[in-house]
Amino acid sequence: MTGEIITFKKRSSKQTQLQEFIVRMILLFCASISIITTIAVVATLFGESASFFQEVPLREFLFGTRWSPTLVPRHFGILPLLTGTLMIALASSFISIPFGLGSAIYLSEYAPKKVRRVLKPILEILAGIPSIVFGFFALTFITPLLQALIPSTQIFNALSAGIAVGIMTIPLVASVSEDAMSAVPDSMRKGAFALGATRMEVTTGIVLPAAVSGIGASFILAISRAIGETMIVAIAAGQSPVLTLNPLESIQTMTGFMVNLSLGDIQHGTIEYKTVFAVGSMLFLMTFVMNLLARLTIHRYKEARK
Amino acid sequence: MAEKAGMKMRAEQVNFWYGEHQALKNITLDIPENKITALIGPSGCGKTTFLKILNRMNDYVDGARAEGIIHYQGMNLIGDSLDVAALRMQIGMVFQKPNPFPKSIYENVIYGPKRHGIRKKSQLDQLVEQSLKQAAIWDEVKDNLHKSALALSGGQQQRLCIARCLAMQPDLILMDEPTAALDPISTQSIEDLLLTLKEKYTIIIVTHNMQQAARVSDQTAFFLLGEIIEVGETKEMFLNAKHETTERYISGRFG
Amino acid sequence: MMSQPPLSPSVNQDVATPRKLFLQGHPGLNGRRKAKNNIYHGVLLAGTLFAVVMLGLLLFQVIRSSIGWLDWQFLTSLPSRFPKKAGILSAMAGSLWTIGLTALIALPIGIATALYLEEYSDARKWFNRIIQLNISNLAGVPSIVYGMLGLAVFVRLAGFGRSILSGALTLALLILPVIIVTAQEALKSVPLSLKEASYALGVSKWQTITGVVLPYSMPGILTGAILAISRAMGEAAPLIIVGAAGYIAFLPTSPLDAFTVLPIQIFNWTSRPQEEFQHVASAGIIVLIALLLTTNTIAILLRNKYQNRMD
Repeated sequence: MTGEIITFKKRSSKQTQLQEFIVRMILLFCASISIITTIAVVATLFGESASFFQEVPLREFLFGTRWSPTLVPRHFGILPLLTGTLMIALASSFISIPFGLGSAIYLSEYAPKKVRRVLKPILEILAGIPSIVFGFFALTFITPLLQALIPSTQIFNALSAGIAVGIMTIPLVASVSEDAMSAVPDSMRKGAFALGATRMEVTTGIVLPAAVSGIGASFILAISRAIGETMIVAIAAGQSPVLTLNPLESIQTMTGFMVNLSLGDIQHGTIEYKTVFAVGSMLFLMTFVMNLLARLTIHRYKEARK
Repeated sequence: MAEKAGMKMRAEQVNFWYGEHQALKNITLDIPENKITALIGPSGCGKTTFLKILNRMNDYVDGARAEGIIHYQGMNLIGDSLDVAALRMQIGMVFQKPNPFPKSIYENVIYGPKRHGIRKKSQLDQLVEQSLKQAAIWDEVKDNLHKSALALSGGQQQRLCIARCLAMQPDLILMDEPTAALDPISTQSIEDLLLTLKEKYTIIIVTHNMQQAARVSDQTAFFLLGEIIEVGETKEMFLNAKHETTERYISGRFG
Repeated sequence: MMSQPPLSPSVNQDVATPRKLFLQGHPGLNGRRKAKNNIYHGVLLAGTLFAVVMLGLLLFQVIRSSIGWLDWQFLTSLPSRFPKKAGILSAMAGSLWTIGLTALIALPIGIATALYLEEYSDARKWFNRIIQLNISNLAGVPSIVYGMLGLAVFVRLAGFGRSILSGALTLALLILPVIIVTAQEALKSVPLSLKEASYALGVSKWQTITGVVLPYSMPGILTGAILAISRAMGEAAPLIIVGAAGYIAFLPTSPLDAFTVLPIQIFNWTSRPQEEFQHVASAGIIVLIALLLTTNTIAILLRNKYQNRMD
């Protein structure tokens, strides 16, 4: 073998180590941004809330039944917003849980491959539709439908918004539940089939019980998403913070209030500004606890399967 | 020099652990220059572990720990102060399964050199031709240098991987069962290649295949349960092994 | 936890075990079980189709409502008090500015974080586990809460005001978890054998990442990134909190300009009392969905291009 001799420029190990060190530090910095974000969220929410609670007693906030933070005489009882939010969550879960779980069971246990290949992308499209579009759908389609069925339904009402939120969260329940079900080892199914069980018996007797924690987690995630959903309720649920349990009336949710107030120009330092942060803290706490619960459940069953 | 005359490398009293499990016990072995050394033995006997110590690929295994001395070019290959990147420029490796990068044939060959400071197009071109010729694959691919390496057959891919290794102009080449994933014809061509390569390079090859060890190697070391049972000239060992276990293994009565 | 069918041979010979009934050819039992299974199957299929029907209805409703309203004039006009004159130009420009900036901020940070977690960090160390848990938790924080963070930190503390920059930074934080998690999945799919091949040539870790790991995982990373960016494009709530306006009668020229985006413009029209504005809103929705489809198509094309280069 002839030809000119090619010599490699050997980089010193110090040079390489320095480069590796710099790269590592940059990446570590980027990774810590997520931690910084969490700390910043907690700090800003609770910082502003702290000054809110210097003006409003915690007791009034948590147990008061009247909410009128912008009108004198001001009242800061969050219960009307809380019941409004919970009504949306409840109504949506009547849609998302049965239909989401049904889809998950069908896709994981029954659907032939071809059907799956069509249905999965459709669910993904549904999941990708912006919530504002669901809000429009609730206001211009679901509400008129409800009014035709039950004439006493108000234009803005909790049920219509709740149904739209429910439709929006079907894909979430479906995909998380399906993940849980497909994590059930096939050997368990085969064992039951070998005993002559029908597919339904295998599903309800073996798969669902084995996947129950993951399915539960999907429900929690869906409800948490419903609690935090904003644009649908801002459009379709109304702006009346009244303490009611009638889903056909106009209500206001925590998120609805926050958006509504922010549409105006709220000045920093005013009680309105602080109120938004106090409500935001409440919202954050509720969803945070639910998400943590769901994530830990999912993490546990994934570890157990390893 | 800790290596004896005519020797490329010398391992002395090498011990190795994966966590609690001791994978190698008191390995002492001389590697002769411009010869092929075959490491044989049943699965799990430590031969691949030993091979990977030589270019520090075990560094990526959690809980791996080595003790002892491996003399090579005045360095000890065991120890934290070693410049691993520089070492790997000297000691190339060919893996059990062909693992070309999902890039063109040309890109595969120059992957190493380009990252070690060779930028001139003419030099790279020359390296590619030279390495592919050495790996006896030039005639098959010279018109398709910019096609994806993944389009090659398994045997061609493995020869490309050898070319990729040769492009670094290594001093010593490690091969971990390089024909285990190949058909008999590809295996044949790789074995032929090995015999021409040893004129320029020192080669250590791990193999499960007794016939292959007998055909290509000059020295053979028989590993069992993390120890070297016997080491010697291949012909000598295959004709009359000193140990009964070696004899039984070579003749296929266990393993 | 599981209800097991009786398997042990019964002591009492007269008890009708399923096996005995089966052997006796008891038609009722098996027939009923099969029928039940079929009904169950039907119910599940119907339940799954519910989502499909709803998607169809939703699209139908939007398209029907937009007929006659989605035209060239609508696409090229600024917003107006009069439904007939209202247009979407400033909202489109605002959306493109905001999303472009969001992608510029979120992509590098997201990929870097994923690289750190998959290639550099020791997953067993508590700090890295906290980062991982924290990321999956951030993914569940309501988007409106990010808006409050943006308001407090970017608008006020950093002094960027109610600008495109503040909005983009807020959205970037919002979509980071999605980008990170999908990029991690893509990085996990890189075969160890390729990394080993690179290391065995004496190539450093970072060079291995740029030379092998990133090119191999880029299609997956891009797909996840586009999904995340689509999500950002449909978000309204956090930007309302940050202070995007509902009415902008000019086109933005710098990241520090005031802005609106498509979803907020649509929200603004939906909340007006005049019936006509619902039609304007539906025309806006079509534009938004068309934009989302375009982004996704670009993603698929990009992914295919990368994949072709890899094969």
